[in-house]
Amino acid sequence: MSREGQRYQTFSRRALLLAGAQGIALTGLGGRLYYLSIVQGEQYKLRAEKNRVSIRLVAPERGEIFDRNGEKLATNIQDLRVLLVPEQAEEIAPTLEKVQAIVHIDDRQLSRIEQRIRRQRKFVPVTLAQGLDWETFSRLNVQIPGLPGVQTDAGLSRLYPGGNAIAHLVGYMASPDEEDVYKSPLYQLPGFKIGRQGLERRYEDKLRGGAGTRRVEVNAVGREIRELPPREEASKGSDLYLTLDIELQRHVMEKLGEEAAGITVIDLHSGEILALASSPGYDPNEFTRGISSANWEALLKDPRAPLLNKSVTGQYPPGSTIKMIVALAALEQGIISPETEFYCNGRHRLGNHTFHCWQRRGHGKIDLLTAISKSCDVYFYEVAEKLDIDLIADMARRFGLGAVFDVGVDGEKQGLVPDRRWKQVIRNQSWQLGETLNVAIGQGAMLATPLQLAVMTARLATGQQIIPRIVRETGDVTHPVFQPLDVNPFHLETIRRTMEMVMEPGGTAHDYRRSKSAAKLAGKTGTAQVRRISLEERQSEEGVLDNDDLPWQSRDHALFVGFAPAEAPRIAVSVVVQHGGGGSSVAAPLGRSIIDFALDRIAKPEPDGGAA
Amino acid sequence: MGSARMFGPRRNEKTVLQRLLSLNWGIVLATILLASAGFAMLYSVAGGTWEPWAARQMLRFSVALVIMMVIAVIDIRYWVAAAYPAWFVSVLLLLAVEFVGETGMGGQRWLDLGFMRLQPSELAKIAAVMAIARYYHGRNHFQSRSLRSILVPVLILAVPFILVVRQPDLGTSLMIVAGGVAVVFLAGAPAWLFVVSGISVAAAIPIGWQFLRSYQQDRILTFMNPEADPLGAGYQITQSKIALGSGGLTGKGFLEGTQSHLNFLPEMKTDFIFTALVEEFGLVGAGIVLALYGIVLTYGLLIGIGCRNQFGRLLASGLSVSLFLYVLINVGMVMGLMPVVGVPLPLISYGGSAMLTWMVAYGMILSVATHRHVTIAPKGSGIV
Repeated sequence: MSREGQRYQTFSRRALLLAGAQGIALTGLGGRLYYLSIVQGEQYKLRAEKNRVSIRLVAPERGEIFDRNGEKLATNIQDLRVLLVPEQAEEIAPTLEKVQAIVHIDDRQLSRIEQRIRRQRKFVPVTLAQGLDWETFSRLNVQIPGLPGVQTDAGLSRLYPGGNAIAHLVGYMASPDEEDVYKSPLYQLPGFKIGRQGLERRYEDKLRGGAGTRRVEVNAVGREIRELPPREEASKGSDLYLTLDIELQRHVMEKLGEEAAGITVIDLHSGEILALASSPGYDPNEFTRGISSANWEALLKDPRAPLLNKSVTGQYPPGSTIKMIVALAALEQGIISPETEFYCNGRHRLGNHTFHCWQRRGHGKIDLLTAISKSCDVYFYEVAEKLDIDLIADMARRFGLGAVFDVGVDGEKQGLVPDRRWKQVIRNQSWQLGETLNVAIGQGAMLATPLQLAVMTARLATGQQIIPRIVRETGDVTHPVFQPLDVNPFHLETIRRTMEMVMEPGGTAHDYRRSKSAAKLAGKTGTAQVRRISLEERQSEEGVLDNDDLPWQSRDHALFVGFAPAEAPRIAVSVVVQHGGGGSSVAAPLGRSIIDFALDRIAKPEPDGGAA
Repeated sequence: MGSARMFGPRRNEKTVLQRLLSLNWGIVLATILLASAGFAMLYSVAGGTWEPWAARQMLRFSVALVIMMVIAVIDIRYWVAAAYPAWFVSVLLLLAVEFVGETGMGGQRWLDLGFMRLQPSELAKIAAVMAIARYYHGRNHFQSRSLRSILVPVLILAVPFILVVRQPDLGTSLMIVAGGVAVVFLAGAPAWLFVVSGISVAAAIPIGWQFLRSYQQDRILTFMNPEADPLGAGYQITQSKIALGSGGLTGKGFLEGTQSHLNFLPEMKTDFIFTALVEEFGLVGAGIVLALYGIVLTYGLLIGIGCRNQFGRLLASGLSVSLFLYVLINVGMVMGLMPVVGVPLPLISYGGSAMLTWMVAYGMILSVATHRHVTIAPKGSGIV
């Protein structure tokens, strides 16, 4: 074979070899592809879907809150907003300026917006302003073609038509805290708010509703391209029905004016709370809009504590309103009978300490009825000397003092019913008889909330273990059957009689016995001292300083508890006016007015058939 | 033997028209089909529009097609004569980019000629094959088998290799060497040489590792285990595999590829265009494209067997192997079989350089086919 022939042969052999190698390599590539797309195809299809499809939440409409007559206490209204999608805006600062020319954005809000723009992904809309009126909204919409990235949007926001009358009950909504944002995916929706206070917080789960979902196609950086059916609609949250009568509540708030006070009204047939007022109030709608720091500071610094719900959080010495409990304990123990008499000369000595009656010149010879109707302190010092503190405490507890009813409102306090055990555990001291004397007139360590005082009154009026509630869990009116109290009915009748006499001539509140309604009222006034009265002050020319001459913080608390009609009790009320002055002059007229209004409301058939 | 006789028309030799008519039109058609697949995918990844890529690519291809035809009808003897000068020019251009080249993708690769960006390394791929083919054309069987003959090819490959590595573009420089080595192998160099070299290279890898740039090391590490860092360096390979696999047998349909249209795929108009194609047309579409490449490239390799001159044999086969490596590396890369080295898929990927290389190379391969009966003297002049 020629050299050329040999050269050609080598070439041909090797060329075929390479061709074969190429064929094998290509087959290998095909095999790899077969493995990826057929053998593992389903897995990769799923992963491609996971890449492509993102589940986005749809915010649910929040349940509404109604009063007993179906009036809205919390509802949702259309909220006109203006949003900015940073990535679509050519330049952020000039765009913001143009929007600010139409809508006012304060500096604090502006810095919050700028922070959001920096921190969030650029396609996530940032709320610039909300709660716009139609005119501003329309002007924005006209300007939008010249403002790339700016969008207008009509969402829902919370409105409290009850305003400051119900602020302490329903609470308010606010954006979740920064650190809570990752607790629920819903929290990451723009403008999503959660219940921060009151019933809004307590019933958050019930009110919120179920988030809907929509499937959206997203690109590699997460931007929404389009929505993919099907969409699962959000389910509206459950509505919440309260036992409250907003008309009565408004009346109470009006009557209280600027006073710092807590008032509770209970329907004795059902235990339903008709009014649970705390004054001064605040406007929960301000929180929805985003409260200004100045207003927030003012709320925090106000000595009358507008943010606190005094009806359940305020703990006050019950003053003379405790006397029914002390008397009942003594009657039950047989220490006294209704006819037992003591002599009041204005003071009572125990050891080397003198206890004073509010009536400096004394009441003279008095029995139980007079002692309560005239609120004689010496009578109760005499009783207390013979009555163990634990017996008073036991009776107080039977009437709901020292108990938390957990009605669903924020900050419900326990109050304090002192006894020997408490003194030993808390103070590590044994009980002194002098303390019993103080407790017997409602001073000393004993503390009660207006709600507890109302429950006490309700139980005195009915002889039943009334349990208060403010939420109708099922939304229906129910008439629970309460257990009778373990107290001799004759003794209770005696106490009720003394309370009627409070409102009669000679009683501490007889001026308010009758007004426009004919209902006969039974009640008890109380004036709780918040300062120590020194010996010098008592013995001075002017005597004990008048409340009007004292600074606000040192004035007495004015209390009143009562029920009506006396012969067939239907309504119980408690009134505590913080540093309001005398129970008979300040609290009793309020109680009278509120009871009249409440009885009026009950007498009138409601169109919605709420109140039975 | 004057120059007139050397190149002038002779008895039994064809006119330009005859040569044009005798072109292998099957290859031309397959080339057009492959390029058309590219147009379709560029149209798709642009979101269903001709702009900005598909239209420009079609224009480029039209020009390249004319260039291919012209090269195909030029007498093979001109290419013999041009082999060494072409190599010199390519080396000069590589030196030029060393000083005035445009930086891109982490290396100096382009010469901006105003109307186009020239990548001298692409020219070097073809020129190196031509020069080695020319060298072995002048060596007889025994000379080709001798170990001494290896020296010149090594020199021919070493110069462009070093210059391209310095750019730095390891992928292209290795492809230049691979194409050249294929020619040496086909020319008849002793087989044991390749076995020994292969073992030596394998042994040298751990040492060579240290000399790689950090981005090159990253690419290789990522290739080894792309899932280890699916959002970082392994993102490209992972997303590419998802796109390939999710296409299934017949694909998601034209313009329906989610991985590409939603931008999960990286570099989808260039390096990863094959992935976009498989996502939309599935295993079937991929099979057709790979089969077309297989037919065209194997035909190119086997053209040599029917050729009567050694230069033509080695040129056609060597270029085919070079181009095959292009396809193999790109497709292997998008499937996660090779590191991401930034090699485009010739004819289909967007861009002029790879397409021009392919079309010029196939111009020459077709020229070899057309002139397969021509015999050329070992010195490269006249007829043996």
